[in-house]
Amino acid sequence: MIAIENLSVTFGAGQRQIRAVRGASFAIPRGEIFGLVGESGAGKSTVLRALAGLVRAEGRIEIAGKAMTARRGRTDLRRIQMVFQDPYGSLNPMHMVDRILAEPLAIHRLDDVDRRIGQALAEVGLGREHRFRFPHQLSGGQRQRIAIARALIAGPEILLLDEPTSALDLSIQAEILNLLRRLWRAHGLTMLLVSHDLAVIAHMCQRIAVMNRAEIVEILPVERLRRGEADHPYSRALLAASYETGETANPGRRRAALEQDRVSFNQAPG
Amino acid sequence: MTSAAASGGLKAWLTSESPDSRIQARLGRWYGGWVSLRGNPLAFSGLAIVVFLLLVALLGPSIVTGSPFDQDLQGRLAPPSAVHWFGTDSLGRDILVRLVYGSRITLTIIFLVSVIVLPVGLVVGTVAGYLGGIVDAVLMRVTDIFLAFPRLVLALAFVAALKPGIDTAIIAISLTTWPPYARLARAETLTIRNTDYIQAARLQGASVARLLWSHVMPLCLPSVIVRLTLDMAGVILTAAGLGFLGLGAQPPAPEWGLMIADGRQYVLDQWWVATIPGIAIFTVSLGFNLLGDGLRDVFDPKGL
Amino acid sequence: MTETPILAVEDLVVRYRGQHRETIALNGISFVLGRERLGIVGESGSGKTTVGRALLRLLPPRTEVTARRLDFAGQDLRALDEAAMRNIRGRRISMVLQDPKFSLNPVMTVGRQIAESYRVHHKASRKEARERALAMLEELSIREPGKVFDLYPHEVSGGMGQRVMIAMMLVPEPALLIADEPTSALDVTVQAQLLTLIDALIRRRGMALLLISHNINLVASFCDRVMVMYAGRVMETCRAADLAEARHPYTRGLLACRPVVDETREELATLARDPRWLEAAEP
Repeated sequence: MIAIENLSVTFGAGQRQIRAVRGASFAIPRGEIFGLVGESGAGKSTVLRALAGLVRAEGRIEIAGKAMTARRGRTDLRRIQMVFQDPYGSLNPMHMVDRILAEPLAIHRLDDVDRRIGQALAEVGLGREHRFRFPHQLSGGQRQRIAIARALIAGPEILLLDEPTSALDLSIQAEILNLLRRLWRAHGLTMLLVSHDLAVIAHMCQRIAVMNRAEIVEILPVERLRRGEADHPYSRALLAASYETGETANPGRRRAALEQDRVSFNQAPG
Repeated sequence: MTSAAASGGLKAWLTSESPDSRIQARLGRWYGGWVSLRGNPLAFSGLAIVVFLLLVALLGPSIVTGSPFDQDLQGRLAPPSAVHWFGTDSLGRDILVRLVYGSRITLTIIFLVSVIVLPVGLVVGTVAGYLGGIVDAVLMRVTDIFLAFPRLVLALAFVAALKPGIDTAIIAISLTTWPPYARLARAETLTIRNTDYIQAARLQGASVARLLWSHVMPLCLPSVIVRLTLDMAGVILTAAGLGFLGLGAQPPAPEWGLMIADGRQYVLDQWWVATIPGIAIFTVSLGFNLLGDGLRDVFDPKGL
Repeated sequence: MTETPILAVEDLVVRYRGQHRETIALNGISFVLGRERLGIVGESGSGKTTVGRALLRLLPPRTEVTARRLDFAGQDLRALDEAAMRNIRGRRISMVLQDPKFSLNPVMTVGRQIAESYRVHHKASRKEARERALAMLEELSIREPGKVFDLYPHEVSGGMGQRVMIAMMLVPEPALLIADEPTSALDVTVQAQLLTLIDALIRRRGMALLLISHNINLVASFCDRVMVMYAGRVMETCRAADLAEARHPYTRGLLACRPVVDETREELATLARDPRWLEAAEP
């Protein structure tokens, strides 16, 4: 469904060039949830944006077997949608929910607006009472639900998610992740989930790419990740960090990780 | 101040957390703005003054008797009295009546300048800010050129080229007033351009026109409107200044600046001829300033 | 041996008086802190950040702070005037905030900021303060402290910036460190490292630590005791080791809805908010 080959994204020019993504490659079959994990600045959000066509990239991008060029038509765009990280920044503060959801329908010239909006709201667990509110009248979790509804209302096949729950409380995160799983199953979506939180990625995804400093260092299936069998040292470092902060069901793992860290922090870089 | 159940019902309807229709939501927002404005005494007085100006301009001529052009050379330079509330000027014309008719001219100038400046500034600014590159460079240089002209000097040049009159004055003022709005709109657009909701709209396939019209311009509107309201004072003063110099409205038009010019020679003994129009200009400018300040608070994102 | 607790708080209430209505940020918080690490965990709106600021009197002007007891090392904080409060802030109680980008002075070198922090509270020459600052940097495992001393905040990484922040806050040798989301702005690999560092420093100095975070995993891992807050109230206080056997439904709910790296779950448990929690005081 999605395939990228040797994807590179560079910002700026000349001396002050920044390579945000360097030679990334992976292939995602239809219906899979693929995870992209890494720390801030690793380039994962940029990969998403390149896939969405929001930033210019070098390399090959193929969606549903069709190679993507810089200019994308409306039908191409309709196929792939994105949910952004910050619930407070992803909705236009001046538009009410009704307008936010009506816009994709207007752009793609879909009719039966009223019914579709009602259905989209119901699918994300909201109701008519939210339909005419403005973003500032909604909580973070509700805004994210609207963002998801907006992404799905025109019926895309691919959903890109850029840290969709990082700005949300733990309990809200659980609700949103459950919602995303439900929608994935109901619509047969192909999803690409980006997060810095290994636990979230491990929960949601079937295969995971680990990124560090603009490069994909490893791609592994989630079962291996769960067993702690990562190959690349950076992946192992990420796993160790998550064990240390208790994101493990195995207390032994945590102790081992902390021991390792106590030994190594004395040699921490300056 | 809910007197009846009906009034309480309306307020509840407007402030409902879950509006049931677009209209209700929109009206609710306006109501919120109104409450905010009402809570700020200075801003509210500004609004009151502006509304008063509007009423005087619209209804005044129907209420006062007499024409602003009726001369009465016998009763010239008469002090304020029961017959002539604000006295008469050098040609015996009732100052109150002239003031009222003059408010129409003031309002016309404000309205026309706004109607020209706002769209031009918004379009130039948002297009330049959003498209960037060569379009931005060209548009900004054009803006800079107009920004370089001092208002009054450009007005003089215009008048020298065309006939002096209110129309010329309006054009001249508009030409020198729009550049800061373009800059303001451009600055806002640069910030808005990078927000996630714009990216989301781009991802939906929104055209540049739709992005600018539906998203960017409405978001620039609050700061532009506040700026415009604050600028109104300056516009009124410039128009009055032009009138004073004889380059704007021409006699016998009851334009306030012109009235001050007329009364210049009598300011010591018959102070009312020049002072009263001056107070009118001052009050209206003050009103707009206060309103502009108040609007700035109302448009605070938390309120929107 | 009963030592005077470093903090003794009883029925702390904080009210914000806004333009149109009043918000109660803290609705009767009580806790005691000895020479230990207490973690305050809660979601947004729980009031956890307000606790730290209330102790240091760093709240906006229109706030009302009342308590039946608000003692720091036996001293009644409520009775102190502003001058006395200034002596406490930084010198006896320090606070590390979330983002070093916003808490470090961008136009002063980091070393100088640490040195200044010392000189504000202790009479010392510039040379002496510099020595102390360098010693602090070394203690924070920063190699080449001399070089780092002369760097500006924008020239150091996030993790380093936080270490500088901690150095600044610990150099006057306070008795209590309040850390408000100290690692939330940092990468995961650096987070645990930094907390381990804080842990070691605190133990070495016999200090107390109040760690405020939204991350229950972090708090459970690095603190001795955990205090769970919701809507301005304390739901439960227990030892971190006993967290798995927590009794309050909110705590249990919070623990249950965490995704875990090495376990498969179909759906995450969600929290059903019971309105009774808004009234109940801590059992």
